[in-house]
Amino acid sequence: MATTSVMGGSVRRREDPALIRGLGSFVDDITPHGTAYMAFARSPYAHAKIKSIDTSAAAAADGVVAVYTHDDVAHLGDLIAQVVVAKGRPLLAKDEVNHVGEAVALVVAETVSQARDAAHLIEVDYEPMKPVIDLKEAAADTTLVHDDLESNVVVTWEAGPWGDEEGIAKTKQTIADAKDRDDTVTVSIEAVNQRLIPVPIEPRSVVAEWNDGYQRFRVYSSSQVAHALMGAIKTTFGLDANQVHVTAPEVGGGFGVKLNVYNDEILACFAAQQLGRPVKWTETRREAPGSSIQGRGWVATATVTGTKDGEILGYELDALADMGAYEQNFTAAIPFLGLFVGSGQYKFPTHWKATCVFTNTMTTDAYRGAGRPEAAYYLERVIDAFSREIGVDPVEVRKKNFIEKFDEAVISPIGFAIDSGDYATNLDKLVEVADYEGLKAERDKAREEGRYLGIGIATYCEVCGFAPTALSTLGFSWSTYGLPAGFYGTSLVRVNPDTSVTVVTGTGPSGQGHQTTWAQIVSDRLGIAPEKIRVIHGDTEESPMGIGTFGSRSLAVDGSATFDAAERVAQKAKGIAAHLLEASAEDIELDEDGGHVAGSPDSNVPWDEIAAAAYLPHRLGESELEGGLESHVIFDPPNATWPFGAHLAMVEVDVETGDVKILKYFTVDDCGNVVNPMIVAGQVHGGVVQGIGQAMFEEAIYDPDGNLLTGSLLDYPIPTAVDVPMFTLDKTVTTTTTNTLGAKGIGEAGTIGSAHTIVNAVVDALSPLGVRHIEMPLRPRRVWAAIQEARG
Amino acid sequence: MNVSMTVNGREVSADLEPRTLLVHFIRENLRLTGTHVGCETGYCGACTVHLDGKAVKSCTMLAVQADGASVTTIEGLASNGQLHPVQEGFWERHGLQCGFCTPGMIMASVSLLEQNDNPSEDEIRHGIEGNLCRCTGYHNIVRAVEYAGAKMRGEEPPAPDWERGE
Repeated sequence: MATTSVMGGSVRRREDPALIRGLGSFVDDITPHGTAYMAFARSPYAHAKIKSIDTSAAAAADGVVAVYTHDDVAHLGDLIAQVVVAKGRPLLAKDEVNHVGEAVALVVAETVSQARDAAHLIEVDYEPMKPVIDLKEAAADTTLVHDDLESNVVVTWEAGPWGDEEGIAKTKQTIADAKDRDDTVTVSIEAVNQRLIPVPIEPRSVVAEWNDGYQRFRVYSSSQVAHALMGAIKTTFGLDANQVHVTAPEVGGGFGVKLNVYNDEILACFAAQQLGRPVKWTETRREAPGSSIQGRGWVATATVTGTKDGEILGYELDALADMGAYEQNFTAAIPFLGLFVGSGQYKFPTHWKATCVFTNTMTTDAYRGAGRPEAAYYLERVIDAFSREIGVDPVEVRKKNFIEKFDEAVISPIGFAIDSGDYATNLDKLVEVADYEGLKAERDKAREEGRYLGIGIATYCEVCGFAPTALSTLGFSWSTYGLPAGFYGTSLVRVNPDTSVTVVTGTGPSGQGHQTTWAQIVSDRLGIAPEKIRVIHGDTEESPMGIGTFGSRSLAVDGSATFDAAERVAQKAKGIAAHLLEASAEDIELDEDGGHVAGSPDSNVPWDEIAAAAYLPHRLGESELEGGLESHVIFDPPNATWPFGAHLAMVEVDVETGDVKILKYFTVDDCGNVVNPMIVAGQVHGGVVQGIGQAMFEEAIYDPDGNLLTGSLLDYPIPTAVDVPMFTLDKTVTTTTTNTLGAKGIGEAGTIGSAHTIVNAVVDALSPLGVRHIEMPLRPRRVWAAIQEARG
Repeated sequence: MNVSMTVNGREVSADLEPRTLLVHFIRENLRLTGTHVGCETGYCGACTVHLDGKAVKSCTMLAVQADGASVTTIEGLASNGQLHPVQEGFWERHGLQCGFCTPGMIMASVSLLEQNDNPSEDEIRHGIEGNLCRCTGYHNIVRAVEYAGAKMRGEEPPAPDWERGE
């Protein structure tokens, strides 16, 4: 049995009994009576004019109910998105297509097969145009993705510090001066942080119904952000918020893919309204790379200048980031999330720049880590290369340049206030837990035996817990969807008349176990057992506002709102117990049995009497207490949170085949206070493996014509059980004062720390051969080629 | 085309389009939605069921190929309200997060343990190689199968990682 202690206990998950018996309800499991099915005709070209579309054969095909093209939905406008700087996505392609897989026409039919068959009958006359796929070519503007824009460049984010041109000029001069010194060394790496396809195992799915009598939409979607979708539907169709009810039921993995509002969701609503019957669409794995966002896709040069004993005097990053063809939810803001943590855990002057460019490929957006894995990758790879160049241990170099332990917020070289940190202690713990000295001896001994073992170390600093509503000025809000909502946390805690508890939270989990963790938090405040606490999330009718689950924000923000709401309910329950006992509320303690005067358990008022008094208010008599036993809290944190950590991997490379085997993997993460260690460990395991996936296997490859060459799970292998080792996890705890729980967030930490840890380890293994860098993914052929090149 | 089979101990039959996949018959006709579709190409394993006692991916076979067979889906695994030891293992050792791959992963793990009741870590990993999970990093799935193996052998399962300081 897992332990049952509430706060800080590895309580078994409340989600699991349904899921392990196949009784969980995912969107594709929901099929209302009379449902019709959608399928799309998608572009085979990366860039082409649409000369004509002939839908007649499709419309006449068996079972087809309707066929729609751009003209039918033009009145709805483009797909609404959070931060559109230059160009949003049309619901269906208008006069031209801008990436392979772009939706051109929509078929609705009686069955899925009939819809898919008919979509193949749509004839589109395309006039192909030259696409631009390569990032440098795109930045040069020799070919434009969108003719009506002057440039492919969407925006350039620059910092050191951000928003301070004079400061940036000074930083650049400081770094230039350092480079000019005779006693400094400058090391550069130009590297690709490749495009990734997120691949949640559940494909996206949506069911939409319109009731013309009640004038209401009922929508189920596999979404991390039910309220944003509700806002987009209400705004697109000119409705009130209370005319749109969106539920995200079980969501089968998100990783950022489902942190988006999609054209298919809006089109399902449109078709349902037009046809007066439920409409459903479930993405196929084959179409997903053209219908769901991708991640990463950067090319950058990272440069470090420092002294020969390891003091770093300046760091520069010059990056190009691939936006794809259209902006969706956060597209252009993703590199900005990287900018937030561009200087990592370090104090040295940093000049950081990312130029965001359009290409004729699928849109990029938030994929687990979202900008932060890219930022950490370049920083930690080039620090490793610098350490190697000067011959100083990479642990020593890092520690020499860390910001010293701080409890009060400090301003990073990028210009943001970091809440708290103790980086050296964290790295020291990793060195101890992994027995770094022992591993080095093992590696060196293996080298003498002709084996190629390598050790990789990397650190990271995240920005999570979004966010103070003041950041809505940077676009971090749902206001674009017609909802004046910053990224606060929301929670309603209600003790029901029978003493069971209902919690309604604003999150939208996809496996993070909020039903369990939130029940633990409430149980800690009220004393009522977690088994009696039901947690509802991802539902726009249950909760007036919710921001959803992404960016490792849920526990820090909505979890804290839940803590605060439960505390207010506890205070009220104490007031009622005090009234019934004719005691003072300050003297009342709550536990599973009810409320009693501290030190005299015999004075107990059971929970059912407290609840009965709350719901039969005459029992509250002359007191000032009101009926009911609930509280709704909106928690607006004063700052984001800044978790951090350090990872270490030991690998062995077979130099004859290029095959890489991960022998050991250690993490020491610092996510502040932990409510459920079992769930936190699970988040780290999964996050690390997604980073390993990027480091070793995954790459979305477009050919020069813009065809995706890696559209199936055969060409795009994600890690299997045999590809990864068991993990050894440890932690340090540096709490934060930005929220009541002192929690910082853990969902993305594993991914942000791991890709460069693996690459650093492989480069270390091959360093005796003179290998200095290998591009991800480190598939055997690429590693083998690097070995051959180094050997000459 | 008429197809008959036994699913979770119940005789079922239906008139189907010949191209109907076994997984679609299970999900759409029988409304047993615990068996999931993740890729429709046989890579992800979310659709794994037992066919005459062996684990198969129900998206890579036609319903007519299962004519006359006995099929067990995730819904049929627990008996008399008692969880199968593998289901219990996944719950006790946090072997699932989003739960979408879980039914297929559990069916594959049951099949593995029926063939080898005391698998090593490496044998477990190879046994579930055909089932993809994007959430857990497989660590706790391995632990879940170890737990179930011990239970099925009548032994005390190893303590969870979080009590061993890992």
